[in-house]
Amino acid sequence: MKRQSMVILLNENYHVCTGCALLCDDIEVITDNKKITEVKTACRKGVSRMKGCNEPMSPTVDGQQVDIDVAIAEAANILKNAKSPLIFGLGNSTDGAQIKAIELAKQIGAVLDDTSSFCQGPTIEAIFNNRIRSCTLDDVRNRADVIVYWGADPSNSHPRHLSKFSYFPRGQERQRGWEEDRTMITIDIRKSHTAKISGDKSYQIPLRMDAEFIDALIDALSGKVPKVSFEFDTKRILELANILKKAKFGTIFVGLGLIYSLDDIEPVVRLMDKLNEVSNFHLIPMVGHYNMRGFNQNLFNKTGYLNRVKFEKGNNIDVQHGAEFSIIESLNNKTVDAALVIGNDPLSSLPLTVAKHLLDIPVITIDPCETFTSRKVKVTIPSALSGVECGGSAIRMDGEEVKFEPIIQVGSNRPSDEEILIRIMEAL
Amino acid sequence: MANAMEIYQLLPKTNCKECGKSTCMAFAVSLLSRELTVDDCPPLKEDKFKSNYDKLSDMIAPAQGASESGMVVHEDKCFGCGNCVVACPVNVADDPHGAGIGRAPTSDKVILRVKDGIVRTSNVQECRRFGKDKILCNGCIVTCPTEAIEFV
Ligand code: SF4
Ligand code: SF4
Ligand code: SF4
Repeated sequence: MKRQSMVILLNENYHVCTGCALLCDDIEVITDNKKITEVKTACRKGVSRMKGCNEPMSPTVDGQQVDIDVAIAEAANILKNAKSPLIFGLGNSTDGAQIKAIELAKQIGAVLDDTSSFCQGPTIEAIFNNRIRSCTLDDVRNRADVIVYWGADPSNSHPRHLSKFSYFPRGQERQRGWEEDRTMITIDIRKSHTAKISGDKSYQIPLRMDAEFIDALIDALSGKVPKVSFEFDTKRILELANILKKAKFGTIFVGLGLIYSLDDIEPVVRLMDKLNEVSNFHLIPMVGHYNMRGFNQNLFNKTGYLNRVKFEKGNNIDVQHGAEFSIIESLNNKTVDAALVIGNDPLSSLPLTVAKHLLDIPVITIDPCETFTSRKVKVTIPSALSGVECGGSAIRMDGEEVKFEPIIQVGSNRPSDEEILIRIMEAL
Repeated sequence: MANAMEIYQLLPKTNCKECGKSTCMAFAVSLLSRELTVDDCPPLKEDKFKSNYDKLSDMIAPAQGASESGMVVHEDKCFGCGNCVVACPVNVADDPHGAGIGRAPTSDKVILRVKDGIVRTSNVQECRRFGKDKILCNGCIVTCPTEAIEFV
């Protein structure tokens, strides 16, 4: 009895890390004078997020420091005068901020997109439309005996993935530990840190050969002789098919390495269909930003689309959707004439040939930290670091909602993304 | 490297408990595992123990960084993934509902835990490579993606 009450007490002291879409919810911190001085259990990536920006952003207009109200007024002004504004980012914002951003996009008739349009969007869409079976990370911990990382290196992107959910923890039906109870497979073009742990279950294939490898694997699962055009021991493909077939509860974690090598998601759908004919498999996308999946979910709930939309100004019903409304196409085709970037750094993450249109139009960034983009834009509005300086909720990579409270209180000169968006909407 | 008995011989052997341990032998083990330092024993700082204090400080110092079980953590390589924390059989046995299921450790007895993004050791005397029944456990070595843990 005593022990249980202690656990509950500890849980109340736990915080959520917003360092990645794993949203680890067992983090303890020690604070001193509104600063986090010690972080327990988070990985290094999480610690560096929680300890805050090296260079916090200031409110500026045209490079000049201004009062935050002035920056917000100028932002509203830019958006009011734009014919076709773009709202982009939001993967590092709470659900509340994302919902406000959708409302703002409706109000001003904006194009709205996030990074999923060039990363995990197709995977998440296939899950939303029930074309691919998924499961939760807790299911994986409790039940999964076969775990596949395909084109993913969680040891770097989501450091606690293996220890918290997939390979190492004991679970309800996995009591005997990783050596006996679980098999971890990696399929990648290189011997990543994660591949090293998977030992002889690491399958290294040439660049952009994933689709071919998938079809060979489907053949092997169908009892046919697998064939690939590159040098690869087909016995190993048969061996892999055998492990997958025997799985009681299998999960494939799909990383960007796989997504980028495919023209579309169809090979993955085919593989999952086959796997579920002969075995029991689930798929979870390795979402990067802590609430990218939330953006997709929230937009999908409101519009039926998960990204790449354009709203008609003042029209509450009409929304268009299509590739032309992706950030990449909007910038390439120069169809947008102003941009509001929230919690993202497109000038460093997008190819410069694409991003350079952002240098020609008025851009507003909302971010806690200075970024390459924020140094080049017309208006910057500093926001609270979500998960640390403001609370809210977010959707984990597996679709589960995680709520969190602020850890430290900051003054009104660092409002949350959500508050900033509300104030912009009021100023309009 | 010193062993617990050699250290014990230099302690006051009064089991005064001022260090927080129940016996001087337990304190000796804590010294070895670097859980406590020589200065945590108040009587040792009395004049009559001066030479023992110096000897002990010398004995403990050369092993800095490596514990009696020989464990060395290369902090620069560790990025706090927690694989070793969750895979260590001692952690699992002592904390089945915390470290054992991948969550934050809830027991003081664990050997490995992550703080500020880097793995930290305590209770190293509990490591299965330590003591008279030692076995060649490699749970924390083979699970580390970056070879941050080594036994010397
Ligand atoms: S794995 Fe992700 S959510 Fe978990 S502590 Fe590391 S950065 Fe934070
Ligand atoms: S050697 Fe084994 S018992 Fe010792 S710390 Fe490593 S995993 Fe734990
Ligand atoms: S497994 Fe290696 S990198 Fe991960 S916490 Fe342990 S020592 Fe650090």
